[in-house]
Amino acid sequence: MYEGMLAESVTIRGHEGDEIAAYYARPLGPGPFPGVVVIHHMPGWDEWTREVARKFAQHGYAAISPHLYSRLGAGSPDDVAARARAQGGVADDQVVGDVAGAMAFLRAQPYANGKVGAIGFCSGGRHAYLAACRLPALDAAVDCWGGQVVVDDPAQLSEKRPVAPLDLTAALGCPLLGIFGNEDQNPTPEQVDRTEGALKRHGKTYEFHRYDGAGHGFFAVDRPAYRPEQTTDAWGKVFDFYGRYLGKG
Amino acid sequence: MCSYITERIAVCGSAKGAAGWMAVDTATIYFDHPYHAPLDHSLNIDFVNAAEGAPTRVAVELSAASARALVEKILAALEQGERAHGEV
Repeated sequence: MYEGMLAESVTIRGHEGDEIAAYYARPLGPGPFPGVVVIHHMPGWDEWTREVARKFAQHGYAAISPHLYSRLGAGSPDDVAARARAQGGVADDQVVGDVAGAMAFLRAQPYANGKVGAIGFCSGGRHAYLAACRLPALDAAVDCWGGQVVVDDPAQLSEKRPVAPLDLTAALGCPLLGIFGNEDQNPTPEQVDRTEGALKRHGKTYEFHRYDGAGHGFFAVDRPAYRPEQTTDAWGKVFDFYGRYLGKG
Repeated sequence: MCSYITERIAVCGSAKGAAGWMAVDTATIYFDHPYHAPLDHSLNIDFVNAAEGAPTRVAVELSAASARALVEKILAALEQGERAHGEV
């Protein structure tokens, strides 16, 4: 059987119609392919984020990762991420707008099946939760250890991040998959309990998978936090979830 | 964790990066995921020239233990140097 994919940088319309960069990986062939928006973590639009996009393409999904720091000028992704950090990160509204733009890009492709999910890691996991609450057109969302979905200290809220995503749970409009390590400190297991409590209270469709022996960011193969067994199982959960709610790639 | 906690300080001096020497006026310091170091979290310092729009930076990503040791050695070097040269 022939297999192939195309992975490239593209320009899309993001929040308020801004032109932003994105990394786009898709299987070759007529489709139909479901789509996935890959939301990068705070260190930026890095190599690992691109690897994730290609992993989805390998599994039959058209995957796009919008460069959330695109507006901060040219340079290597790590230098641009440093600029973003120096400015206190990017605003939630802008991220949601960029995810919406990436969803529109995916749905406009002739080989799209019309279903689009989102997945995010770390700060991107928080963004995935936020997008699931604010973008009704999203069909499925995956939050991988998103910190600060629960905000205990109001001082953590700011003009750029004015609302704790947890407080938007009533509006969550699609099935949610959560992947967490039980040794994580952000979010802590107790915070994950509270998120799960809110999802139950509001009658949302969700499934959480919480791994013993794993901490924060345990998918990262180049860090000590990497946990191969838990990672393999969790990726299986992600593809099973997307298979049910987006269709098989 | 991806925290947004970032310390920022005005500095006076120069740093040498890929494009050669440049004046730096700001350092941002944070303990979070590194971009390059094979650590879960690192103490990261970015030296930039914010007045020129910070197009480039000189960056380090250090383990927590080595960052603490570095702080001590910086202070030790300053104390010894100031004794030798007179406070500047």
